[in-house]
Amino acid sequence: MKAGSNLEKVFASGGFAVTGELGPPKGNDGEVVKKKAAMLKGFVDAVNITDNQTAVVRMSSIAAATIALQAGIEPIMQMVCRDRNRIAMQSDLLGATAFGLKNILCLSGDHQSFGNQPGAKNVYDIDSMQLISTVKRMRDEKKLLNSDDVLEGEVKMFIGAAENPFAEPFEYRAYRLKKKVEAGVDFIQTQCIYDMKIFREWMKVVCDLGLNEKCYIMAGVTPLKSAGMTKYMASKVPGIIIPQEIIDRMSAAPKDKAAEEGIKICCEQIQELREIKGVAGIHLMAIEWEHRSGEIIEKAGLLPRPKID
Amino acid sequence: MIIADRKPIDDIKNMLSPYKKILLVGCGTCVSVCMTGGEKEVGILASELRIISELEKKGWEISEDTIQRQCDREYIEPLSEKFEAADIIMSLACGVGIQYMAEVFPRHMVLPAINTTFYGTTVSEGEWQERCAGCGDCVLHLTMGICPVARCSKGLYNGPCGGTDKGKCEISSDLDCAWYMIYNRMKDLGKLDMIGTFIPPRSWKASLNGGPRKRVREDLKK
Ligand code: SF4
Ligand code: SF4
Repeated sequence: MKAGSNLEKVFASGGFAVTGELGPPKGNDGEVVKKKAAMLKGFVDAVNITDNQTAVVRMSSIAAATIALQAGIEPIMQMVCRDRNRIAMQSDLLGATAFGLKNILCLSGDHQSFGNQPGAKNVYDIDSMQLISTVKRMRDEKKLLNSDDVLEGEVKMFIGAAENPFAEPFEYRAYRLKKKVEAGVDFIQTQCIYDMKIFREWMKVVCDLGLNEKCYIMAGVTPLKSAGMTKYMASKVPGIIIPQEIIDRMSAAPKDKAAEEGIKICCEQIQELREIKGVAGIHLMAIEWEHRSGEIIEKAGLLPRPKID
Repeated sequence: MIIADRKPIDDIKNMLSPYKKILLVGCGTCVSVCMTGGEKEVGILASELRIISELEKKGWEISEDTIQRQCDREYIEPLSEKFEAADIIMSLACGVGIQYMAEVFPRHMVLPAINTTFYGTTVSEGEWQERCAGCGDCVLHLTMGICPVARCSKGLYNGPCGGTDKGKCEISSDLDCAWYMIYNRMKDLGKLDMIGTFIPPRSWKASLNGGPRKRVREDLKK
């Protein structure tokens, strides 16, 4: 075991893992985190706690992850390279592991121009690839960056990263994953998948490169809530591809049944993804739909979640 | 070259309000080429200010001069008489020129008429783009001659990020993704293996983060 997190144990036991997502509040009410954690408890093996996603100021990922952990659900703290330099990141890693956090997801972070602090100075002292290697160095060699002094204590982190099989250049995407594996990533969560054809092609290259044996790959899914959301995502969100067939299905559904149709599509996708070689789990991104995540996971036949000590 | 933009006229007007005898000084190098602070632009600003002075009864006396380079003592020193005759100097040079004029004439205030923006080039008539951020540790040999520091919105050394969209950067559809360009050039030149090479965290000591920089060559010092 590298970190001994529940997520790592599920993978190691050969289980098909399920992770969810929990967005911290735009305020400091810990109850909000506890409520969302309660909705997801028992349905997922671990839950991502976003780090000021879309560059909007929210409760810190580490604080919200700690509250979630106390509420009985295992967090995956996200860490973006946008807001902190290597001093702050390594210090936060020491703090996070002291609080008992055991999973991290290393990300570049959405550019600050998207959020509510567009005039902020960004940091990018190190990038997400370099962050992966930094966490690995702290964990495996017990050393900080640029220092050969041995760290006190152990930084047990199961290291994750995101990958987008749908961002061009497509042909390069699997090679980028290889680079992440070499940097030290243990698991990957993909961008939300709607186009199975492109995803299958990506997975094939990933398997041909043997990467599915070096890290666990979790297929990302997001339930569509309405025809409007579908069209918006298809045309406006960079790096998301939605096939016409799905757009048509969502448009054809009556307004009050659209959410049900979206959940149905999501469950079908999960079934399909489970069959694809190399897919080790599902990452369900249903932000602000935490209350329906359990239902989707149940309908997709992913219950009960394994109990491992 | 160094690229700059002129400040809004209201800002300039406010800066000059307390003074009467104003000397505008342009620079004949970078800011001339990017058409912000050369002789012609000094003339335009002078006319604008004269009109404002008329309309708003400011009583400004505006004189103009443009020297070859404001970052060179030898060109600045001959301005000494004009400096003495003015209440205030306003420079249309880059931040280096503005500061250096004030260094050469420490008893005078030199105000900025322009915002120095970046090191770039003219890509087509009327369009300039950033190319280098003076980071002090060039990696262009690893990135096919395309700078990841100045041209990737996140300054990534191991890009592209997941936000790259059909060759464009996630922050704007009229900004090219630097890493998409790097990838394509590697492909075109048969060097795709390079994209798999991990670039480790660098030291930023050689950049501004290491404190203000200076260069010394003992062999050239007198
Ligand atoms: S790598 Fe540094 S020195 Fe080289 S072009 Fe980019 S900013 Fe300039
Ligand atoms: S889209 Fe390209 S240029 Fe923009 S931040 Fe990402 S890698 Fe950099």
